[in-house]
Amino acid sequence: MAVASLPAHDKPASRPRYGSMSRDRRWALRWSYFFLTVFAIFFLMPPVYMFITSLKTSAEISAATNPWWVYQPTLANYIALLTSSQYLTFFRNSAIVSVIVVAITMLIAVPAAFALSRMKFWGSATLATGIFLTYLIPETLLFIPLFKMFAIFYEYTDVQLINRWWVLLLVYPTLTVPFCTWIMIGYFASIPKELDEAALMDGANYRQILTRVFIPVALPGLIAATIFAFTVSWAQFLYPLAFTTSTDQLVLPVGIITTLIKGDVFNWGQIMTGALLGAAPPLVIYAFLMDYYIAGLTAGATKG
Amino acid sequence: MAAVTLRRIVKRFDDTEAVRGIDLDISDHEFVVLVGPSGCGKSTTLRMIAGLEDVSDGEIVVDGEVVNDVPPKDRDMAMVFQNYALYPHMTVYENMSFGLRLKRYPKSEITRRVGEAARILEITDLLDRKPRQLSGGQRQRVAMGRAIVRNPKVFLFDEPLSNLDAKLRVQMRTEIKRVHQKVRTTTIYVTHDQVEAMTLADRVVVMHHGRIEQVGAPYDLYHAPATRFVAGFIGSPAMNFIPCRLETTDRGLQVRLSDRIAFAVPDGRAERYRPHVGRDGLTFGLRPEHLTDAKPDGARQFGYVEAAIEVVEPMGMETLVYFTINDTQVCGRVNPTAGAREGNIMRLAASLDNMHLIDDATRRVI
Repeated sequence: MAVASLPAHDKPASRPRYGSMSRDRRWALRWSYFFLTVFAIFFLMPPVYMFITSLKTSAEISAATNPWWVYQPTLANYIALLTSSQYLTFFRNSAIVSVIVVAITMLIAVPAAFALSRMKFWGSATLATGIFLTYLIPETLLFIPLFKMFAIFYEYTDVQLINRWWVLLLVYPTLTVPFCTWIMIGYFASIPKELDEAALMDGANYRQILTRVFIPVALPGLIAATIFAFTVSWAQFLYPLAFTTSTDQLVLPVGIITTLIKGDVFNWGQIMTGALLGAAPPLVIYAFLMDYYIAGLTAGATKG
Repeated sequence: MAAVTLRRIVKRFDDTEAVRGIDLDISDHEFVVLVGPSGCGKSTTLRMIAGLEDVSDGEIVVDGEVVNDVPPKDRDMAMVFQNYALYPHMTVYENMSFGLRLKRYPKSEITRRVGEAARILEITDLLDRKPRQLSGGQRQRVAMGRAIVRNPKVFLFDEPLSNLDAKLRVQMRTEIKRVHQKVRTTTIYVTHDQVEAMTLADRVVVMHHGRIEQVGAPYDLYHAPATRFVAGFIGSPAMNFIPCRLETTDRGLQVRLSDRIAFAVPDGRAERYRPHVGRDGLTFGLRPEHLTDAKPDGARQFGYVEAAIEVVEPMGMETLVYFTINDTQVCGRVNPTAGAREGNIMRLAASLDNMHLIDDATRRVI
């Protein structure tokens, strides 16, 4: 019976070598950390450089010393900007414009998204896609025709829109509304259909379904959209550059480059300081709302 | 509370007809269950009654009033959904009181009603919890509580127990029955589970392909099914169907299942069956519980089968045995002590008073 017998010295066949789960995981983590570190350094370098430069005097900046080190740190740039009524005007203009734009955007985008995601009407799907497509048209393509439109509007109505800070309230929502509507459509679509049907059966009308069920349930999405709208309005550069000129009408990003660059003289210290201070509000908002942003509020709505 | 009447209700989705003309009278306080396989149109019918779907054709009448164009919020019905659909951002109390708050009931009245419903459902100590902190069974109770506090004309249940595990399902089934006995609200309940339908309903409506197959009390559906579909759908394990022929012998009519097996037709049925003698396309139907080892009391007529048992399934209180007649698998229910074993030959008694004869062409029970 040679078929059945095995040579005695043969060791049991070695088990197939599967990669261990923990080894795979460790490997993936190591690479993740590596790339995250590279990206973090890459993206943090400019702000760090700005911060270092903001602590230097003009003399030190123009002297060819080590750009990554401050030899005579000074707060002069900060004091100069924070006591300059001009800089504070820019800051105030930016704040007013951004807050109002966020409000306008939400007032339009949330009901629009609700209607497009829930009230199935003729052409709603096409309209939803259309809204997204308008977001893809860059503002660099639009600002000249818009300028022309405002000029014609002035000719006919004698209402001057150019060089008024509030004209930005009309223009910014063209950038923020489409994208925010799109985000909200996505969030509303993730809310189970039974939830609005339950509210309908409970006697709610569409407005009540929106305000008492959809908005609270989609709060993380709403906050994401708010952050987005605020960031876009706060950082918008091209439109205010084109539509506002006099210093009392300017918003922060345009204000910094028009007043702190005189001819070919760049006041680098103050430019860096102004930009750093300008970046603070979005940073603060992100920091505060991050938890909401991540929290999953829909858990428990239906069978998990 | 109210009576609900459906008159030739039709629902069309684009080219397909999901519901093809349904007539149904549901009286006040009644518990009616719509049951059928998935896609039979039972949920669509319920959603049309709720007002969540438009009615393509026909009329829905509640308390003598046509409600086809009345929006759901004004129909005064409450619905319990399969996946509960609790508002995730509200506590149990807020969930249950939402409908009342929308209708601006006084606070004291809301507190009273929620308290009472919570007591009936035994969820008083959960009122401050959020839905995500509840188990499946507790969520189901809250969803029922949300319906009860409204004190609506009609309760609608859309497969409310399908998401629960088997044990909890049985428990909640009893719960629903208990609640209905207390509040007596007209209830329309949709399920695909025939056991749920049989145990809960005053009347069961069996639906198939968008039509009503049969309406009747659970007992009647079970013992006198009108069609082959109902006969096969109601009861578990399902009724045995075996192709057969009717023959006349000198001792009267007999139904022949195979070369070796033929049963005498009980006297009461002979007249009804006589026109079908000799023709093709007949099916003999008998429930497994009427094919047993022992001779049960009260049944007058029996036929006997020598069966070579192929599969044995002990259930505890009974044992299911499977064998073949005429290339058809047949199931019988025998006493666990009868000693059924695979490969054994068993003598089984068929209770012919409970037999059914089905015309294959019309698929109706003769």
